[in-house]
Amino acid sequence: MQSTLTTSETLPPARTASRWRPRHASAALALVPFITLLALFCLAPIAWVLIHGIKTDSGIGLEHFGEILSSPFYRQAFGNSLRISLESSALALLITLPGAASLARVPGRLRDIAIAFTNMTSNLAGVPLAFAFIIILGTNGAITLLLRRWGLVDDPQLYSSRGLILIYSYFQIPLGLLLLYPAFSTLDDDWKHAAALLGARPGQYWLRIALPVLSPAVFGTFILLFANAMGAYASAYALTTGNINLVTVRIASLVSGDIFLEPDMAAALSVMLMGLLILVTAVNQWLLKRTNRAS
Amino acid sequence: MQAKTWHRCMVTGLGGLLAIPVVATLLYSLSSEWGATLLPDGLTFGWYVQLWHDPRFLTAFGHSLAICLGTLFLSTVVIVPAVFVTFYRFPGLNRLMNVLILMPFAIPPVVSSVGMLQLYADGPLPLIGTPWVLIGCYFTIVLPFIYRALANSLGGMNLRDLMDAAHLLGATTPRAFLSVILPSLKPGLMASLFLSFSFLLGEFVFANMLVGTRYETLQVYLYNVRQTSGHFTSAVVMSYFLFTLALTWLAARLGKIGSQ
Repeated sequence: MQSTLTTSETLPPARTASRWRPRHASAALALVPFITLLALFCLAPIAWVLIHGIKTDSGIGLEHFGEILSSPFYRQAFGNSLRISLESSALALLITLPGAASLARVPGRLRDIAIAFTNMTSNLAGVPLAFAFIIILGTNGAITLLLRRWGLVDDPQLYSSRGLILIYSYFQIPLGLLLLYPAFSTLDDDWKHAAALLGARPGQYWLRIALPVLSPAVFGTFILLFANAMGAYASAYALTTGNINLVTVRIASLVSGDIFLEPDMAAALSVMLMGLLILVTAVNQWLLKRTNRAS
Repeated sequence: MQAKTWHRCMVTGLGGLLAIPVVATLLYSLSSEWGATLLPDGLTFGWYVQLWHDPRFLTAFGHSLAICLGTLFLSTVVIVPAVFVTFYRFPGLNRLMNVLILMPFAIPPVVSSVGMLQLYADGPLPLIGTPWVLIGCYFTIVLPFIYRALANSLGGMNLRDLMDAAHLLGATTPRAFLSVILPSLKPGLMASLFLSFSFLLGEFVFANMLVGTRYETLQVYLYNVRQTSGHFTSAVVMSYFLFTLALTWLAARLGKIGSQ
């Protein structure tokens, strides 16, 4: 309603308000279902979480957060989530960096096929992905048997945090490739030739020229992968039925488990998780601004 | 020349790495038995026949299709007019809208489920356990994608001139929107709808936490039959995977037609 009024005030005086207001009102009407749905299924649940995260028996306070931070169980959940997210994002980035560099340098036809294929594999996520990994790396999985026959690994420990890191990396790779490869295609081949003319070795070119140019994209991609992994739940749940202590697993079991339901604690954990994600994104934005100013 | 070969090998190798789980699942779903040997013992379509005759699977698949199609219909009916009105009447709202549509994207489904379970378990809107709550949640999931696709199309055309021309020819605003603007939004919209369809079919968290077996969807079914047989679950995974593949392929094709 308010926007209707402000828009009609800024209109040229030749168009009378009485002619315009009803028209804009009907236009604003088109926004009502949109706002209602968004409010019901996104804003209201988030508001509930925020309010109940800080609400205590005696009013408003940080009691829940204190309880979380002093509990070894919740601290372990955060530790596991952070470690698995960091390691899987780093691993995925290590694989996608040379991958994206190559993807930007292959002929168009191969690139189109590779991108279509990457898109395709990004559909394999969540529960189906966990099952696919059980088939290849489970106790009797095809690759497990292969590794055992070669005497390399006896048990790949798929149902542990190691397995989770592997699965998370798998679903991070397509995402990382698709996010990074546009940045690599902005690298100009002339820079490489210029650097070589000035006597730089390939290693020096990558370290002193290419990486500084790419660093905002690389760092931004890393943050996105990290946030994606921190919020992931389906594949961990499907793989271990919640036996690995992760923040998302804890949140879910506090509201939908069978025994102890503590929605307020789930809300407090959620607030901490969101706070962490906001913090990481803010740091990324700040670094981005700094590099932009420097260049 | 050497660098070229390296790049080719790198891309092919990465593709091979990504293909391993897909190929293994496909092989597993087609093999009669695959126990202690490196390669399957025999090939069969039996698991697929069994799956496509399982009434529980067919029901779950039907539920998923109903929820996805319902969501896409609702999203189209709600988002298309909202984007148009924002661009045409309230361009000042554009920035706010861009923040709003990203909110569901930035918040993990587990977190919004917490609030949803408390708000809609009972009271005036007892939605938990019904497909309606999923349609609402899925609306927020597809919102950023559909909104961005539409906003890109609208930003690329000369909206005001087109509308003015239509008005001069005597069309009302809704009429002008339906017969002038909407046809040019269609390719982008269709591509985003197919894409949304494919990842809604893969949604598990909301479906499992908010509804579970009370209205079993494909992913919840897949999770619940995990104990039966690896071959059988592989057949479920591959059926689902091939279905989404067809959808994304259609999306890509429509996107290409749109850009031509």
